[in-house]
Amino acid sequence: MSSQDITARTAPRTQRKWPAEVNILLVLIGIALVFEILGWIFQGQSFLFSWNRLKIMILQVSVIGIIAVGVTQVIISGGIDLSSGSVVGAVAMVAMSFAQVSTYARAVYPALTDLPMIVPLLIGLGFGAIVGLINGWLIAYTKIPPFIATLGTMVTVRGFAKWYTKGQPISFPTEGFAWIGSGMMPVVIFILVAAIFHVAMKYTRYGKFTYAIGANAQAARVSGIDVERHLVKVYVIAAMLAALAGMVVAARGQTAQAGMGLAYELDAIAMAVIGGVSLQGGRGSVLGTAIGMVIFGVIISGFTFLRLDAYYQEMIKGAIVVAAVVADVHRQRKRRKTS
Amino acid sequence: MVSPRTAAAIDRVQAAIDRDGVLSISGIRKEFPGVLALDDVQLRIRPGTVHALMGENGAGKSTLMKIIAGVYQPDAGEIRLRGQVVALKSPLDALDQGISMIHQELALMNWMTVAENIWIRREPKNRLGLIDHAEMARMTADLFARLNIRLDPRAQVSELTVAQKQMVEIAKAVSHNSDVLIMDEPTSALTEREVDHLFAIIRDLRQRGIGIVYITHKMNELFEIADEFTVFRDGKYVGTHNAKNVTRDDIIRMMVGREITNMFPKVDCPIGDTILEVRNLTLPGVFHDVSFTLRRGEILGLAGLVGSKRSNVAEALFGVTPAESGEILIDGTPVQIKSPAQAMAHGMAFLTEDRKETGCFLTLDCLENIQSALITRSHVKNGFVRQAEVNKLAEDMARTLRVKTPNLQETVENLSGGNQQKLLIARWLLTKPRILILDEPTRGIDVGAKSEIHRLITELAAQGVAVLMISSELPEVLGMSDRIMVMHEGHVSGFLDRAEADQVKIMSLAAK
Repeated sequence: MSSQDITARTAPRTQRKWPAEVNILLVLIGIALVFEILGWIFQGQSFLFSWNRLKIMILQVSVIGIIAVGVTQVIISGGIDLSSGSVVGAVAMVAMSFAQVSTYARAVYPALTDLPMIVPLLIGLGFGAIVGLINGWLIAYTKIPPFIATLGTMVTVRGFAKWYTKGQPISFPTEGFAWIGSGMMPVVIFILVAAIFHVAMKYTRYGKFTYAIGANAQAARVSGIDVERHLVKVYVIAAMLAALAGMVVAARGQTAQAGMGLAYELDAIAMAVIGGVSLQGGRGSVLGTAIGMVIFGVIISGFTFLRLDAYYQEMIKGAIVVAAVVADVHRQRKRRKTS
Repeated sequence: MVSPRTAAAIDRVQAAIDRDGVLSISGIRKEFPGVLALDDVQLRIRPGTVHALMGENGAGKSTLMKIIAGVYQPDAGEIRLRGQVVALKSPLDALDQGISMIHQELALMNWMTVAENIWIRREPKNRLGLIDHAEMARMTADLFARLNIRLDPRAQVSELTVAQKQMVEIAKAVSHNSDVLIMDEPTSALTEREVDHLFAIIRDLRQRGIGIVYITHKMNELFEIADEFTVFRDGKYVGTHNAKNVTRDDIIRMMVGREITNMFPKVDCPIGDTILEVRNLTLPGVFHDVSFTLRRGEILGLAGLVGSKRSNVAEALFGVTPAESGEILIDGTPVQIKSPAQAMAHGMAFLTEDRKETGCFLTLDCLENIQSALITRSHVKNGFVRQAEVNKLAEDMARTLRVKTPNLQETVENLSGGNQQKLLIARWLLTKPRILILDEPTRGIDVGAKSEIHRLITELAAQGVAVLMISSELPEVLGMSDRIMVMHEGHVSGFLDRAEADQVKIMSLAAK
């Protein structure tokens, strides 16, 4: 080995000057501006300067945003969670069945009506925790790929939701329970959840371990991290957040149906990926996902605003997710080449 | 009948083969980031001979074989096959041109039959264009009869023993009717009887005029089967000789004969009490009855060739893959180490062999890489990492080790190998270990970083840390160690004191 190539390799390199989230924020601003311009051209009005539109937009995505906060942690740990949409449906059903008013004659549990709001809330979170435990245990200890494990729970939990009342919807929640889905509550809950887990991922051991495992599970193990136990925690948290989202959905609609939350997991994954969370693990942040969520919302409400047919919207949504993943893979490959 | 022109062409090829051998390569150079793996290397394989390749770990044998088999492309140099200059663009291309390789790691498809594995891509078809399994079984049976292999062509590969799989690999390679057959450590998983069978096959192939390249670490095999051998050292060609004209010691001298530079600043420091004692550590099928002691301030070098299972012993000590039997005593007390966390609780630290696979968190920054082990045990309050504190510690340690980076928020994938290595060493030094296990501490890093790391290891020993250092570089082992333990195929084959050790003695123990 000659001494020239040594000095070349240790020479300081220029580094990224701002956090990765800034890039995503720029993308958001760019997309919003495009819709603003298109708005003036095709609709003769502003897209952004409508308080009502922005409110609806953020309300639309907040529920899935709550799920995305959990999914972000799972993806950073190097995994994936496909079961969150089904957890939304199942928890909507289960929690709602403990949140009904006594004045309704055909309650699921006639003896258990008019319960304080905390009861269905805890039951719902508990249900989520159980699904998360199953996911985490399957992935960490039986070593099946997360994709397969959570695909299994996705189908099973959806089946449970349908079986729970043999397909009947559950309605008439107490005022207390309905409150968690009322007004801007979904947005408030999302902001709380996002803030808590942003801090957790950045400043606590839980977060550091999650990143470490996603970056290199073997190295994490050698560093003394109990990788298996930690992964269980990550999947439990993700499923509990999906459960919370399920209760917000049910409370907002004041009714629960087994089909609720269908394909939410994909939208949540999309938000994370658009927000810069790498599907290869070890990279991304809750803040990025939050921005990704807003991008997602802007695109959907932008298309609606431009009166684009809903069918086109779905097709374009799919293409955007694929594009975000391609961009991520491309970035990784470029990094690998330069390093 | 051949036309005179064709006959002349055949003669010319024949003449070229007589002169250059069936395969002749020259001036081959291959560089990987930070490492010059092969430098102006040559090799000539004559038809109908077995040509052994010899050299220490990292001498460049495997890299050269991968170039010949089309896996890597050389940066410079010429490959002539049957007298013609060829480019081998891929393994498939090499195979089509008449070069087969039997890889060290078996590359069979477990869930397919023996016959399917052998004829994949060349399956006989019936009139409907579907695979003719009966014909395929017949072809396999013919092939096996020729090679004297007794195996059912329809058996599923997953049900075969390792030796049987090895035979299938060999049959597969032979079935291509290649002119050159490369065997990389083909006997590593075979019993003595199976080795005899393999050698019978090799002699038969030699008879048919095939040129065989044979990589081995086993001296006696060399003398039993090889006609010629070529020695490589540090990516350079040392020489080619007829196997009949040399002795074992000659070969070892050729393999190790290099100057020891003064880049190993070993200072003698007082050696204290025994801190680690290992008794009969065994992981069946991997290593057996490994026993040694390690004392405060001592650097115990662990040498051995590929397949000696040195790293597996280290992994067992640190609880990554625990041993199944045997005892580990720390300060004279038997301890159970079933996980890295337990090993760390006993004051151990483990710098793994493969920086990228088991060391670095490439997507994370320098600070996080340094802190990962520390925060599993301390500096956390109510789940929150005491960031200011650990940052200070990490920064100080990075400065002490002279990590070169614009700043410590830099993502580690952007750092050079030497600096990544320093970060990993920093990670473990922050945990204040009493027992430090280093597996190839200077592999793939530049000379400057290397001597800094050597100085550091010596300083740690002077502070009373007990060091177990695995290294494939004999000069490093000799320069740094107070004592050297040599392993051979999962067994400890001997200990050497600093005073008596030299390269030849180590290689004699390692190559048995």
